[in-house]
Amino acid sequence: MTSTVPDQEIGRSRLRKEDARLITGRTRWTDNLVLNGMLHLAIVRSPVAHGTITNIDTTTAKSMPGVLAVLTGADLADEQGSLPCAWVVTPDMKAPPAPSLAVGTVNFAGEGVAVVVARTAYEAADAASTVDVDYADLPVVLDMPTAIADGADLVHPDLGTNTSAVWAFDSGEAGTGGDVEEAIASAEVLIERTYRQQRLVPAFMEPRSVVVDPTGEQFTMWSATQIPHILRLMLALTLNVPEHKVRVIAPDVGGGFGGKLQVTPEEVITFLVARRMGKPVKYTESRTESVQTAHHGRDQIQKLTLAARRDGTVTGLKVELLADMGAYLRLITPGVPILGAFMYNAIYKFPAYKFVCTNVFTNKTPTDAYRGAGRPEATFAIERLMDELATELDMDPMAVRERNWIKHEEFPFTTVCGLVYDSGNYEAATAKATELFGYDALRAEQVRRRAENDPVQLGIGISTFTEMCGIAPSRVLGALNFGSGGWEHAAIRMLPSGKVEVVTGSSAHGQGHETAWSQIVADQLGVPFEDVEVLHGDTQSAPKGMDTYGSRSLTVGAIAVVKAVDKVIAKARTVAAHLLECAESDLDFASGTFTVRGTETSTTIQDVSLAVFLSHNLPDGMEPSLDSDATYDPENFSFPHGTHLCAAEVDTETGRVRIRSYVCVDDIGKVVNPLIADGQVHGGLAQGIAQALYEEAIHDESGTLTTASFADYLLPSAVDLPSFTTDRTETPATTNPLGVKGVGEAGTIASTPAVVNAIVDAVRHLGVRDIEMPCTPMRVWKAINEGGAR
Amino acid sequence: MRITVNVDGTTYTDDVEPRLLLVHYLRERLGKVGTVVGCDTSNCGACTVHLDGHSVKSCSVLAVQADGAEVTTIEGIARDGKLHPVQQAFHDNHALQCGYCTPGMIMQSIDLLADHPDPDETEIRHGIEGNLCRCTGYQNIVRAVRQAAEQMRPGAGPAAEQIDDRTPHTVGGE
Repeated sequence: MTSTVPDQEIGRSRLRKEDARLITGRTRWTDNLVLNGMLHLAIVRSPVAHGTITNIDTTTAKSMPGVLAVLTGADLADEQGSLPCAWVVTPDMKAPPAPSLAVGTVNFAGEGVAVVVARTAYEAADAASTVDVDYADLPVVLDMPTAIADGADLVHPDLGTNTSAVWAFDSGEAGTGGDVEEAIASAEVLIERTYRQQRLVPAFMEPRSVVVDPTGEQFTMWSATQIPHILRLMLALTLNVPEHKVRVIAPDVGGGFGGKLQVTPEEVITFLVARRMGKPVKYTESRTESVQTAHHGRDQIQKLTLAARRDGTVTGLKVELLADMGAYLRLITPGVPILGAFMYNAIYKFPAYKFVCTNVFTNKTPTDAYRGAGRPEATFAIERLMDELATELDMDPMAVRERNWIKHEEFPFTTVCGLVYDSGNYEAATAKATELFGYDALRAEQVRRRAENDPVQLGIGISTFTEMCGIAPSRVLGALNFGSGGWEHAAIRMLPSGKVEVVTGSSAHGQGHETAWSQIVADQLGVPFEDVEVLHGDTQSAPKGMDTYGSRSLTVGAIAVVKAVDKVIAKARTVAAHLLECAESDLDFASGTFTVRGTETSTTIQDVSLAVFLSHNLPDGMEPSLDSDATYDPENFSFPHGTHLCAAEVDTETGRVRIRSYVCVDDIGKVVNPLIADGQVHGGLAQGIAQALYEEAIHDESGTLTTASFADYLLPSAVDLPSFTTDRTETPATTNPLGVKGVGEAGTIASTPAVVNAIVDAVRHLGVRDIEMPCTPMRVWKAINEGGAR
Repeated sequence: MRITVNVDGTTYTDDVEPRLLLVHYLRERLGKVGTVVGCDTSNCGACTVHLDGHSVKSCSVLAVQADGAEVTTIEGIARDGKLHPVQQAFHDNHALQCGYCTPGMIMQSIDLLADHPDPDETEIRHGIEGNLCRCTGYQNIVRAVRQAAEQMRPGAGPAAEQIDDRTPHTVGGE
């Protein structure tokens, strides 16, 4: 067998292997699955946000054609358990029971109260519409400040409070920095602001779908999930089903953005119905059900106090946060604000920092991870504050940032939170971005337009962000009381013909792992890109994993792949030395070929693979297999960073905002596939810009979500977004062998403050100092005409 | 009701409920699961197919409305193992990530190019405004449609001839 020596694969813009099925309609979405005898579910959902269920009449539904059963929460109460929350952020955290189908009371509009089982989805929906549920209204809790005031109505009266937990970090107490109260007391300048991070809908394009097939004792679940491995374990724990009797498959999954990082009521309900009926069962949500009940993101109120000297040096930052949990604690709901806690100091050398977060229950859809999860909120706060500080001091906003940021020669740098940033070069990214952007020319144009009193004003917004991703070192997660480790698993199997199977515990849902992992393995093992197959998203073929979220696949999952490859090469080297009758130390390995040093004698990894398969001539005692696995626990987070610049035109007569140019220079370390990395940045930018300009999940005073479809929730279309100019600097991470950093969330984390800073900058001379997100034409117009009032 | 529909070149006759949506007929009766449902409210365009050569959102069309019509889905645009130039351009430009919007986006782009064979960026963005993508920020989709336009121009070579050959009816939008 011969080996085609591939070119260097890492760094190459390979077109994706995944595309072939996606562009031809041969994709394997969960809802495409049809099994013989499969039944369909429709869920009856509460229209009220808080109420006691006084009666459920299922008589008509049960008599409808094709209906096999109608089950209520009471029917499932003994077996449904409580949906899991894996992050008990404080020892005294209050967590209510979280049923999959409500029993007795409903706590948010959209919560399931009954389920219809029928032959077809149409029949199930017909019957569900006839289920008659009576509710006695309970007081609805929606506003966080009201919810934590004395005498407030309670979401969960049994808990005696709407406060789930108070979590704090104080650099003075932790010994990682000074006392923030002292910094505030001695400040030459104080900037005090309150920002609202509106509630958002992750809005993955593929609605969630789940199929469960019970076969004797064994259950197979297909689900549109980001986390097949975690889901399997959580189903076992929640439903008291033996873990080894459950197989979870995440087939092709149509986006997630954190929104499919969940163990959902619908997965539990489908499992329980399938077990009860002894038949395969499918549930696929409508878009309205998805927007109403799939967890939401953000929804925080940030009270911020920044202390500084008049030369622009920040001396301390205090953050007092209210975080809306919604009605229940889902998988990592309480931890989302904590993921942001370590990022408020961003790229800066703040000497003192304090963060206090109050997690609050309301009668709204539960919140949980959404792209960036805590870090976009933190980045928004600090990048908005730096602009406010610059204005207060009449300094250029970039100059204020530069005065405070960590210089490139100061890495590794231990932050006021105790994190060690391994590498970075903020100067380089900023220099490149300002040049691409034409920063000075745009500033000159801004001055001219102001002087001319142009009805369309120009603003420039800056965001010099960093973030912590690649979740995460298991010890750190343990210290934060997270209910899991942060490792990842991989396996490499050399096949007799020299082809390679890569098993990964990462679970792709659009990121292009099959392509990127193939590139990495091709390089490391010296085999052609085409000869690598990546297996993922099935607990049977990829039995161990921690799945995909928190920009962790490349920095954790791919490193596990590299470690597994190393082990395969080590074993192959032993075999090659035996075959070539030399010492292992005499062999050089490059581009898939073992060569006896100083000779022409060689053998390829493929030849070795075949020799191992035949096992006619192996070293004594060697097992005839050429495969290995590895589990990698990262030693640190990864800290991508970058400089994002936005030029926005604001029509002062209509309030309309147009992004004229958007330039970002990201430093994500070594890049495996530039095409894929750019795509991740583009999509991230779109979501961050959408928070700044368009999206908001709005509840009316009764707790009804009024933005419960794509007709009402403004997902940006192609005309709502600009073309982006993306570029990179490359400062390799020093904490992993590939030098890579995460990229999945960077664009979302960075872009929101860049846009809002640009808008405020455009109209600041008109008395505006803040505009609440999303910056709709009405809000912008009002801010201008009310002289900066919100 | 009994309907007769030609889908991707094959004629089918079926009894359907009057309320059956075209997208459900395609997916559940014909197994054409390449066409997907994204939003139920005709906002996202994931379900876009061609009905007598014009793009429609098949979640907003009843199966009975397709009686006597020709329907083309994402599964019917490649020929003899060769991708349609728009499919190829989506691949070449990394114009998809999760791929859920992709079938609808490709069908809409084909329709757009029939109306505007040489669209500029603004025309492309307006032409695909009714199709939502959550992954790509649209930038590479716009690039892909531009590339496809170049390749499908009259005189652009085999790719352009290929689409003329296999489209028996006029393709075009309103």
